[in-house]
Amino acid sequence: MGLVARPDTSLVEYDPQSQEGWVTTRLDFLVNWSRANSLWPMPFGTACCAIEFMASAASKFDLARFGMERMSFSPRQADVLICAGRVPFKLAPIIRRIWQQMPQPKWCISMGACASSGGMFDNYAVVQGIDTIIPVDVYVPGCPPRPEGLMYGIMMLQEKVMNERSADKTLRDEMEPDPRSQLYIPPPMIDELSEPFGNSVHQTRSAP
Amino acid sequence: MATTTRTIEVELSTSGLDAAGRPQRVPIVTNDGGTAVALEAPPMLEPDLDGEHMLINIGPQHPATHGVLRLVLELDGETVVRCIPHVGYLHCGFEKIGEYRQYNQIIPWTDREDYLNSPGNNVAFALGAERLFGIDITERCTVLRVIACELSRMMSHFVWLGTTCIDIGAFTPFLWSFQQRESIYTMLEQWCGARLTTTLTRVGGMAADIPDGWTARLEQFIEHVPKVIDEIESMLTRNAIWIGRTIGLGVMSPEEAVNYGLSGPMVRASGVSYDVRKDFPYLDYETYDFDVPVGVNGDVYDRYLVRVEELRQSTRILRQALDRLPGGPVNIDDPRVILPPKHKAMSEMESMIHHFKNVMEGPRPPVGEAYVAVESPKGEKGYYMVSDGTSKPVRWRIRPPSFVNLSAIPRMVEGHLLSDVIAINASIDIVMGEIDR
Amino acid sequence: MESFTIVAVGQALGKSAPAPATPKKIPNRGGEANPSAAALKAQFGDAIHRVDVVWGETTVYIDPTRAKQIVQWLHDDPSQQYDYLSDITAVEYRDLEQPIEVVWHLRSLPYRRFLRLKALIQKGQPLQIQSVHSIYKSADWMERECYDMFGISFIGHPDLRRILMWEQYREGYPLRKDFPLRGRFSRSEQLRQALSQNPEAKYSMEELSIAEAFEELPKDMQQRLRAGEKTGE
Repeated sequence: MGLVARPDTSLVEYDPQSQEGWVTTRLDFLVNWSRANSLWPMPFGTACCAIEFMASAASKFDLARFGMERMSFSPRQADVLICAGRVPFKLAPIIRRIWQQMPQPKWCISMGACASSGGMFDNYAVVQGIDTIIPVDVYVPGCPPRPEGLMYGIMMLQEKVMNERSADKTLRDEMEPDPRSQLYIPPPMIDELSEPFGNSVHQTRSAP
Repeated sequence: MATTTRTIEVELSTSGLDAAGRPQRVPIVTNDGGTAVALEAPPMLEPDLDGEHMLINIGPQHPATHGVLRLVLELDGETVVRCIPHVGYLHCGFEKIGEYRQYNQIIPWTDREDYLNSPGNNVAFALGAERLFGIDITERCTVLRVIACELSRMMSHFVWLGTTCIDIGAFTPFLWSFQQRESIYTMLEQWCGARLTTTLTRVGGMAADIPDGWTARLEQFIEHVPKVIDEIESMLTRNAIWIGRTIGLGVMSPEEAVNYGLSGPMVRASGVSYDVRKDFPYLDYETYDFDVPVGVNGDVYDRYLVRVEELRQSTRILRQALDRLPGGPVNIDDPRVILPPKHKAMSEMESMIHHFKNVMEGPRPPVGEAYVAVESPKGEKGYYMVSDGTSKPVRWRIRPPSFVNLSAIPRMVEGHLLSDVIAINASIDIVMGEIDR
Repeated sequence: MESFTIVAVGQALGKSAPAPATPKKIPNRGGEANPSAAALKAQFGDAIHRVDVVWGETTVYIDPTRAKQIVQWLHDDPSQQYDYLSDITAVEYRDLEQPIEVVWHLRSLPYRRFLRLKALIQKGQPLQIQSVHSIYKSADWMERECYDMFGISFIGHPDLRRILMWEQYREGYPLRKDFPLRGRFSRSEQLRQALSQNPEAKYSMEELSIAEAFEELPKDMQQRLRAGEKTGE
């Protein structure tokens, strides 16, 4: 799967000037290994992707082997927010609030085309990608993605978690939205990210 | 009208209700012989809080609300005094987008709106569009669409069964139901390439004919699934916990059910035998031999029984449809609507022009309007389309059964306990994609 | 627990009525009209503007000021018995000169009939029509949605506020033809407005049945309610 060669995860760089010693890298490995293999998902399932998520959790594709069978519907006890489905503007403050309620360490998987970029819903009602509201770690494309696709996304997240280093002081920083506008990336960037692309550009004529 | 009655007899050690008809906690004590003996409930010792009501908010993110539904409940202790549902958290502008898409381009949208019943929605929309165009489809297409509709009915009811069991506390039937869904998914994937959002139909026909060997797989499925339904029923139907949690909840009388516009298993469990397949038929459903289950108590238990029986009736219809599947073309032979076969489009000028017109501009129906209703697993699903002669509809209205069914929830949960609200909500079988569109 | 008696559909039709069948080869226009159309004309005379039969479905164009009266008669009269309201919606045409149509889809379960009523509201007239909520409870949310998407006010509706968009939505009425597909504001502005709604502050005074709860609300919400924050537009 994938066209790009997977990075060599067994290679650990050692910088003598940094504070990292042998003990901290071993500790990192232990902590990351336990985090990656017991990610408790918070399924923020809204639409069709939620059904495929449920199918991934069911017996044929079993998410339990990733340590994820304990779906925590309370954000306080969750590690990874899996946003499965389209997010309309009415739901935007809800997902922001849920994200803020999750304690660190936390990650986010944006499952499906609608969560990643607005999907086929390029209209007045849908947020064009939840990365305009919350920081996303892994995007899983598909409409809906097959359970195998979601599992590949989860494995990518596990890889990302394994490569984390405690020496990186900014890793667990909470994102700070601008207090007046509540946006965490500047408006021109939001407009650019939300611009129509592909077929959507030409399909705004109501009559032929 | 001929009816067969099925009565379920269970022996409960207590009725679970006190003189006022409210649920009652009765500690189970066994006597020397080991049989359970019901005791009188102790007198209510809790202080009368005298009108201090509590406002509880459920959702929009909550595992048991079947999607992003928000319920604001006013509680008197544990009893619901008032319920205010808030919807719209999944409103994605389907009807607006429908005005900017050709008729065949709208079909993927119908998948996403009631996503548990994708093939059924595709068929419903195609029927509506064909009514607007004035097209009659081929025999083979009719039977294939019946197969698609019944498979999607089973898909939807399996999800309902699985998620309702989880809401009420039983986890195992969820895994069994979803395993059956996987069988249906495999079949649909072989047919059209997608598991869930199938886009099975086109105006005038289907996206593709069924592949070789598909009917054998369907036969296997029809043989196997009644055993699974029996197994699930053996877990739930005579289970004291299930009965205790579902009997007497959310009762709607027949007059109320009709006045609130309920449809599907909701209205049939209340005693009104309104099924669009029987009363306003489409796709030759009057030629199939199947029964419509009707409940007489109007509570959550009856809705459960109605849906499980519908699963069995669907296998019956599938058996008949498979037996009568005729040969012949799947798409009609009308170049105004159907794309010509590739070899013709590449060699004949006329076909190339038709191909060009149908892809670039889309098929254009005459000026008019049509409303076609089908029996979706949730109820009466209707598509109302208004055409002004162009290839994109002026108005595309989805009549959402779950939207109308859910509007009755304030009436249904009055006077019940907080945990009953979850059970009643589960019994309505809502899909937020359809409610909010 | 009392059981209900089963109500069958088509009971008023009698034994000799033909069994329902899938309609085939439906003519575009000029099919057989629903008998209720003639009955309406006989009962209401000039309040019935026109009767159309398109693709086998009868559409009756009625006077908007007498909509509720006509629907009430259709519901109550024993020869009509339209007890089931399927849908209420509205249609606006691309030609902006054409009036907005409010559409009711009615079914009579005892007679097994389907009827469409339409009331035309000319552009320039106030966008309002009578509510049928007192006749059919299912009209509640359908009329709220019509209000939310088109801005049509239903007079007599107990709680007319937005249902699909959030209550302080300022961009307008989405399904109107002058409302662009992607909305009027830029994406960042839409996001900013969406994020500024407080997801918990939805308890308006209508929803609180007792005044005591007012004290327990956060201060900013009390402020807003006192300042008369109205739901809807």
